[in-house]
Amino acid sequence: MLDFLVRRVIISIVTLVVISLIVFTGVRLIPGDPARVMAGTDADPAGLEEIRQKYGLNDPIVVQYLRWVGLAVRGDLGESIRTRESVVWTVARKLPITMELAGFAVLVALAIAIPAGVFSAVRRNTVWDLLVNAVSLCGISIPSFWLGIMLILLLAVRLHWLPASGFVPFWQHPLSNLERMVMPAFVLGAGLTAVLMRQTRNSMIEVMSADYIRTAYSKGLAGRVVLFRHAIRNGLIPVVTILGLQMGALMGGAVVTEQIFVVPGFGRLIVEAVFTRDYPLVQGVVLITASSYVLINLLVDVSYSLLNPRIRIRGATGEP
Amino acid sequence: MSPDGPASAAEVFAEPVTASPSTGLRRGWRRALRRPPAVAGAVVVLVFSALAIGAPWIAIAEPLKTDWSLIRKPPTWAHPFGTDDLGRDSFSRVVWGTRISMQAGVFAILLAIAIGVPIGLVAGYYRGAVDQVIMRLTDAWLSFPFLILAIGLVTILGPSLTNATVAIGLGATPTYIRLTRGLVLSTKEEDFVQGARALGAGDLRVMGRHILPNIWSALVVQATVSIPGAIIAEAILSFLGLGVQPPSPSWGTMLNAAQQFLETAPWMAWWPGLAIFCLALSFNLAGDGLRDLLDPRDY
Repeated sequence: MLDFLVRRVIISIVTLVVISLIVFTGVRLIPGDPARVMAGTDADPAGLEEIRQKYGLNDPIVVQYLRWVGLAVRGDLGESIRTRESVVWTVARKLPITMELAGFAVLVALAIAIPAGVFSAVRRNTVWDLLVNAVSLCGISIPSFWLGIMLILLLAVRLHWLPASGFVPFWQHPLSNLERMVMPAFVLGAGLTAVLMRQTRNSMIEVMSADYIRTAYSKGLAGRVVLFRHAIRNGLIPVVTILGLQMGALMGGAVVTEQIFVVPGFGRLIVEAVFTRDYPLVQGVVLITASSYVLINLLVDVSYSLLNPRIRIRGATGEP
Repeated sequence: MSPDGPASAAEVFAEPVTASPSTGLRRGWRRALRRPPAVAGAVVVLVFSALAIGAPWIAIAEPLKTDWSLIRKPPTWAHPFGTDDLGRDSFSRVVWGTRISMQAGVFAILLAIAIGVPIGLVAGYYRGAVDQVIMRLTDAWLSFPFLILAIGLVTILGPSLTNATVAIGLGATPTYIRLTRGLVLSTKEEDFVQGARALGAGDLRVMGRHILPNIWSALVVQATVSIPGAIIAEAILSFLGLGVQPPSPSWGTMLNAAQQFLETAPWMAWWPGLAIFCLALSFNLAGDGLRDLLDPRDY
């Protein structure tokens, strides 16, 4: 178990180092002089030189990288060109909004996908199974931003049931906050729902055909007991992993969802940063997103190994 | 067999040889027919391909021509999908948009295959340090959420259709590296590969002639199911203003424009989105069918 953890943590650290290299090189690949970008187009040569000195842009690239990583580890990702605010602070203000949205999206997804997936596995090859499969396929194929626009058209423009867009902080007005979160959470959760539904169905079908389930049935247990006490516990383990792997898609989806529903979160921040060519902000946001993805998946793997002893044993023998 | 006169011996002997590919095809076709949704999906994909190729003949109205007298008109016989905020014919723009979306989706995945498959082959075949380095890079690359990676790359490269395609392709590459590597790892241990190696085949020959043909079907299936993702990604980038630039007709940019006129011209939002949905759904249906067709064990 300890071996597995150590191995997994080392791999995560290596991944984080490679991520930092990619992000650092990526920003250096942007055509043009970074000093000119920071100073604006009307800067004179002296001003440019001053900026180069200040940010150490004349140093060798390795020195620049190490300094950047050193600062990043201590939580300093530089400051936004546009607002002169620290990148970490800007992200810290936006992140809770996106986390609320993502949290609701996951809740929506779990609430729909797990019952539907289990039901479809139990009623395999019936009309219900077909229906769940069809819904899941549509969920994977539907572009979330179009779904968002159509929901606005129906629920806000036509029926006036929900506000079309905007954001109210939860502590200011909890009800308005929730009202404005319904559509974005559903839109962001739609793709996740579809993926989880499929995964739940497949893994439940596999578990239901296992020997121990047959044993449970043959010793006379009621179908309900077998399902809830024996099958679901094991059937949902792979779902946890998929949920972890889907976090990246969720973060990407937040970019579009926040854009459509004008939610001032992390995703909107990225798009704004790209459009205003605010490179330190883009760099910081991408670095934070990728790192948190690595950390989330480390946690998922650890929790998975706690849930599933087979992984622990395999990990200990050093197999991939 | 010749219709007139008795069959010659040569013809009789030749028949099984010539017949076998057609029976193979027929068997495949019969198996495909057992899955009507997959066939329907494939047909719709073909229809969209025809639209993409035949856009100049199908969309008669000029997709870029603005007409101030026709601003935001609801669907009519002359303009079946209505007109947009600049009086352009939405039907023409959706048809021309097919070309852009198909192009972006297919080329992005081709790029991902062209880069990912050779790298995956090398990683899986040689293992050791090369494999470790490649896999750590792949892990890191996969840690960037697909869309955020694409946005980052477009920031570096600048917004355009080509750059969006490249960004989506690079974003999808690690999937192919991983998939190829995994397939190579299992295929490498098969007897026929060991046999080829024992007969003195070099690494390149073993990879190219023995391993690749055996993993190809899995890669094709993966490509079919990842094209819809690439098409949606292109639409998203264009929607955000990071892909195709106006006035070019792309489904994403059309939806972006439509968003401002939801109350007055909702039809502007219907068609481009419906087109993306139909195309993505058909690719997914066709891909599912193809998977069953090529690998019955998997089902």
